[in-house]
Amino acid sequence: MTTLANGFKVIGTRPIRHDGVDKVTGRAIYGADMQMAGLLHGRILRSPIPHGIIKSIDVSKALALPGVEAIVTSAELTDPGNRIAELGEGAVNLKDLSSNCLARGKVHYKGQAVAAVAAVSPNIAEEALKLIVVDYQTLPHVTDVRAAMRDDAPLLHDDQVTESLGQPTGKHSNIAKHIQFKKGDIDEGFKQAAVVVEREFHTATVHQGYIEPHNATALWNADGTVTIWCSTQGAFSVRAQVAELLAMPVSRIKVVPTEIGGGFGGKIRVYLEPVAAALSKKTGKPVKITMNRADVFEATGPTPGSYIKVKMGADKDGKLVAAQAYLAYEAGAFPGSPIGPGAMCIFACYDIPNVHIDGYDVVVNKPATSAYRAPGATNAAFASETIVDELCEKLKIDPLDFRIKNGAREGTRRADGPIFPLVGLVETLEVAKRHSHFLSERQGDKETRRQGDEKMGSSPCLLVSLSHPLLPRGRGVASGFWFNCGLKSSASASVNSDGTVSLVEGSTDIGGSRTGIAMQLAEALGIRADEVRPVVGDTDAVGYCDVTGGSRVTFATGWAAYEAAQDIKRQMITRAAFIWSVTSEEVAYENGSLRCLVDDTKRLTFKELAEKLHATGGTIVGRASVDPQGVGGAFATHIVDVEVDSDTGKVTILRYTAVQDVGKAIHPSYVEGQIQGGAVQGIGWALNEEYFYNDQGTMANASFLDYRMPTSLDLPMIEAVLVEVANPGHPYGVRGVGEVPIVPPPAAIANAIYNAIGIRMEELPMSPGRVMAKLLAKKRA
Amino acid sequence: MPKKIHVETTINGKPMEFLCEPRQSLLEVLRDEARLTGSKEGCNNGNCGACNVILDGRLVNSCLVLGPEVQGKTVTTIEGIASAQGLHPLQQKFLEHAALQCGICTPGFIVAAKALLEKNPKPSEEQVRHWLAGNLCRCTGYDKIIRAVLDAASVGA
Repeated sequence: MTTLANGFKVIGTRPIRHDGVDKVTGRAIYGADMQMAGLLHGRILRSPIPHGIIKSIDVSKALALPGVEAIVTSAELTDPGNRIAELGEGAVNLKDLSSNCLARGKVHYKGQAVAAVAAVSPNIAEEALKLIVVDYQTLPHVTDVRAAMRDDAPLLHDDQVTESLGQPTGKHSNIAKHIQFKKGDIDEGFKQAAVVVEREFHTATVHQGYIEPHNATALWNADGTVTIWCSTQGAFSVRAQVAELLAMPVSRIKVVPTEIGGGFGGKIRVYLEPVAAALSKKTGKPVKITMNRADVFEATGPTPGSYIKVKMGADKDGKLVAAQAYLAYEAGAFPGSPIGPGAMCIFACYDIPNVHIDGYDVVVNKPATSAYRAPGATNAAFASETIVDELCEKLKIDPLDFRIKNGAREGTRRADGPIFPLVGLVETLEVAKRHSHFLSERQGDKETRRQGDEKMGSSPCLLVSLSHPLLPRGRGVASGFWFNCGLKSSASASVNSDGTVSLVEGSTDIGGSRTGIAMQLAEALGIRADEVRPVVGDTDAVGYCDVTGGSRVTFATGWAAYEAAQDIKRQMITRAAFIWSVTSEEVAYENGSLRCLVDDTKRLTFKELAEKLHATGGTIVGRASVDPQGVGGAFATHIVDVEVDSDTGKVTILRYTAVQDVGKAIHPSYVEGQIQGGAVQGIGWALNEEYFYNDQGTMANASFLDYRMPTSLDLPMIEAVLVEVANPGHPYGVRGVGEVPIVPPPAAIANAIYNAIGIRMEELPMSPGRVMAKLLAKKRA
Repeated sequence: MPKKIHVETTINGKPMEFLCEPRQSLLEVLRDEARLTGSKEGCNNGNCGACNVILDGRLVNSCLVLGPEVQGKTVTTIEGIASAQGLHPLQQKFLEHAALQCGICTPGFIVAAKALLEKNPKPSEEQVRHWLAGNLCRCTGYDKIIRAVLDAASVGA
């Protein structure tokens, strides 16, 4: 095998993913594809109102429908009590988790699960739902974060007492928690400022938008064991959650992760799994439940709507001296918005001596929010990166130069305490500054623009640009930060007699990660990527693995594969020593071969030794379980050109460049894919996506048609630029890359809109209506 | 329950018959009766394209076609795109360009792209983007999908 310029043989190449053929031929099995003898189909009855007390549930008519086999309500789930458990996705209040699977006494949002039916066909199950009679006492509801914070707001949870700075305040309100981060002296800081900018921002509730709806199939066997097949980001997390909700030991539950059709954070919490298990227990048959798209919008995810106020000040030399933020995030029906990470990230890109941040976690009558790609950070960056752009404008400093001057580096202390290790924000800014996109003509006459179009080599919406060649255009930049997690991962790898290795790892693969993990094993062993066969194991087949989340899989599970390879190498050395009748110290493992240090004639390739294993004591299995601490941080800088249609308010993305410090790209194509996909989710968040609530507390656009995620026609090519500032905390320098690309887009686009039409957008999404309203207001002024 | 209807059709080149309820969609029939689960349900109302099949030469969302409607017709699903000789060039190019991440939308995109290239063997980028606007992908941002389709067209898929 040839060594690449980067010093590696496998890392940095672009092999075809191991699960690829199954996925392009339709053979890969996702959760909804489960078929088995005697399978029943489950459906969920959901609350038609946003807030109310369940007075009674009458299932008698539904049970009498031919084909209906069982109905469950929250009475069938064990009441877990009001306690907190660590279930692999952070701390979870089990009472809330249980009520979110099947409502207990009260409903807190439209779409909350109330009862479930198992029947011989999906259609019969759906008919049965209509026959269940639920008597609700409707309560007043509140769906906006600031309205919910008022003293006269209807309370979602009578027993909820606001906690402030870790202490109960004794006050009953919809504010679950108030947090605060302070650094330096904020008042002194603003006194040093030559320029201060302050604005208020609003962002809408948005959904992860994975194309595959949630699903779960469960079989409660006669011996009391339960098997669950489902699309999840964490099989072990599902096992832990179901064990708590059904009050049984984890050893009696096996979770088999099927292929998963997208997650983005939204497929960690259980919704259907314990319900399918309860229905299977009652019927003695396997039960499959799938959600429809409206269920997915109304009852899973989303990520919070928010209100954010930011004030930042810089001195006359363009040095940031003070920054203050007030963030209020909608948690949805139960406490737990990502206010913590939002507050930690809002100024994390900068070295600022004086900072004051207040954050509020607020319950509202909307679905309980879940993680969504860099949870909390995109809302925050929209606010702070827009303010930074305005500071640059007022100080007449280039926005990239300003960020280079103030950017976080190794040794910078964040307002919430931690000091950055080696990070690559400044490197992304330097690369962005030299990039042809940033250097290209920004605005100008018609001819210049046409040339610019050709240079782009991608396709902005031609209908717009050809019919209106003189529409205003602008460019914006923004940066973003997101954490990397380490957490626990396991892998085992068996050497086959033909010189290949079968790898079992525990991280469910959403975007090609099993190949990135296999490549790290291959690199360590000195074999080819296609000589490793990776599979994702179920909870009985592999050691404990935390969730696929926190941008951690290629980092941590890749590290487990690396350690499993070291284990194989040690055993291969021992085996070669045995064959050659020398000591292990007299054998070296180099470049995928074993060499006897005391007899140059004795050599075995990996494959040659693999062939001898069965005859010399049996196969070799390498194994590892890791909990790595050396996480890096992820930074990105994005550049975007937009065109604003001044007749309609529609914003078109003309060119998009995403520069990111990726540490070390194991499989560059899939790293680019993460960046492109994240950027486009951010573009959707910026321009289109939003939960519309009517005054009845109902989401009025719970379909893909009306929610309107970006399509191929809305976008140009997305250029991903990989900057590699190797993470010293990982054997191959890996950083998590998956989440940070969603952080900069809304601010970058807002800044580009300002550059085009001179209007600061303060609300997401920046839909045609909102842009048009601002344009008309400017005209009138 | 309404009486089931007997339907004779051709799926992926092979004659086939099945019984289905009048209300069952072609997608349900393909997945539950024919056990061809490569066609995916993302929305069940024609918005996402994950269930795309080719019906008598025309690209359709199989969730919007009723099972009995395929009587006497020809259906091509994702399972009928590759042959015994190997993958279709579109499938190969999707792999080479890493044009899939989670893969749930991939069958629909490949079927839709095949229908496009049958009508227009050398589409421009704009034409590919326009044609595939009925297929939602949430993972890739479409970049690598568009490149894969254009590359497949360039090798005469």
